Amino acid sequence: MKTSKELRCIDESKQKPECDECPFDVMKIRNDFPILSRMVHGKPLVYLDNAATSQKPKSVIEALVEYYCKSNANVHRGIHTLAEEATEGYENSRKKVANFIGAKSTSSVIFTRNTTEAINLVAYAWGRNHVSKGDEILLTEMEHHSNLIPWQLLAKEKEARLRFIPIDENGYLNLDELDSLISEKTKIVSVTQMSNVLGTINPVKELAKVAHSQGARLLVDGAQSVPHLPLSAEDLDCDFLAFSSHKMLGPTGVGVLYGKESILDKMAPFLGGGEMIREVHYDRATWNELPWKFEAGTPNIADVIAFGAAIDYLSELGMTNVRTHEVGLTRYALEVLQDLGDIKIYGPLKAEDRGGVVAFNFADIHPHDLGTVLDHEGVAIRAGHHCAQPLMRRLGAVATARASFYIYNIPEEIETLSEALKKARKFFGNDQRIR
Amino acid sequence: MIKGSDDALDELYREDILYHSKNPRYRRQLKEPDILTAGYNPLCGDEITLQMKLDGDIIKEIGVIGRGCSISQASSSILAEQLSGKKIKEAEALSEIFKKMMHGEELKKEEFDKLGELEVLSGVKKYPVRIKCALLAWTTLDEGIKSYKVP
Repeated sequence: MKTSKELRCIDESKQKPECDECPFDVMKIRNDFPILSRMVHGKPLVYLDNAATSQKPKSVIEALVEYYCKSNANVHRGIHTLAEEATEGYENSRKKVANFIGAKSTSSVIFTRNTTEAINLVAYAWGRNHVSKGDEILLTEMEHHSNLIPWQLLAKEKEARLRFIPIDENGYLNLDELDSLISEKTKIVSVTQMSNVLGTINPVKELAKVAHSQGARLLVDGAQSVPHLPLSAEDLDCDFLAFSSHKMLGPTGVGVLYGKESILDKMAPFLGGGEMIREVHYDRATWNELPWKFEAGTPNIADVIAFGAAIDYLSELGMTNVRTHEVGLTRYALEVLQDLGDIKIYGPLKAEDRGGVVAFNFADIHPHDLGTVLDHEGVAIRAGHHCAQPLMRRLGAVATARASFYIYNIPEEIETLSEALKKARKFFGNDQRIR
Repeated sequence: MIKGSDDALDELYREDILYHSKNPRYRRQLKEPDILTAGYNPLCGDEITLQMKLDGDIIKEIGVIGRGCSISQASSSILAEQLSGKKIKEAEALSEIFKKMMHGEELKKEEFDKLGELEVLSGVKKYPVRIKCALLAWTTLDEGIKSYKVP
């Protein structure tokens, strides 16, 4: 395994991030991720599908195993030692999450199954009591299905109207249109902070101000942003923030809904059952206080505890450093990919304006075919519509390939991607280099 | 033994598949087809529109329009070549045999012999994610025949 000192800039003409620029020791980080040493089709794994899910460090895997070996019990209701330990571990993770996202109180942090469930929670438990016939819900053209379908379902039920902030040809939101799209009829604005296709980072703090000025709430889909950007829910002043553990080094099966306490307090419950109640009779019940009002049944205890270990890992790196590393890598990737010629990259071409998510079409090769050839070189990318079919149509693409980076990716992997793409171009006989 | 990754790719993307995907056969629009049916694979964006003009129960003319990955396009091109001039019954039988092969089932000799050029797609069955691509044209065909029989 190369040490950071041994990595050299192969092509001085490209702005390859030198490891001196790296805010942390990436090679040391790579050692923490057991899966990165595996081989695929006889080649070293080059994992560039982090927007789909991230890999897990040993500390997260060990936290999961340790919980089941030492402290497994149901939470909140037991009075024996194991139950106390399990409860403490679970609630400790909640504190970590609250600190990580700059939430004032743990009452604002609700554990769900994933981002999708978090957004559905808002659509059901808030939307059904706040959106009526003729009201409007404002989204954008770049939303993931998770931040579209719940609102479609709500709008259909309530005969409300969905409206969309358009994107421009560079993948930015066209905010010139905003004034005409938002009004006192708008009840909620729900927007991704970072697109999982275009990589675009949206000005959600400004959108919060605009939404609030019209009496509307703002929900931020943070599935891509929370794992990759330093942020504070308080500072953004968003009313809701939804994100997932598995995209930020944590296990699958855990998501978070952050909501302003004052809003969550007045909301009806989402799922009913154990844990979310205070007093129960045959014909009625009262609800538990926040956040447990929204956590019905036995939660995903082990994975929430392991999620806490993921937060520790990221906190130690520092999210500003995570962002710096990613900007450097993305800038390099954009240059290397454009240098191949015959490529269409979607979204902003300025690395500072986007996350490390790069969707592209290359050399007239269908993304699915590209994905298969790359897989044979050990390179894992994603191909398809990335749960954003309307966006694909808007971009005029049948499908796209997508490479996405995280803390353990290195410039050499981008070079491997480039070589694999060249190989694919040769294989499919579209070897026309445009210079 | 791990096959060299290049060998494995060659097994999937046989010469004929690449040829068909770059030179798809029967790429045309028919006037007033008796069967017109569209298929779509939302997972990867493969699309196909299959048209057939019948003479009794014989597929007199066939037209395929579509776009998508090389596997889906090759499969629809070979389908068009195989079915042109065949009876509907034969088309249905061939579809069943092809689906059997794709799902990894053992084929009898007489079934295998009927495959003809479709055999080049046999490598796809090792790639579960791509099986849908190969099957799209055939599931579309099945839908088309079904709706023709029961309008």
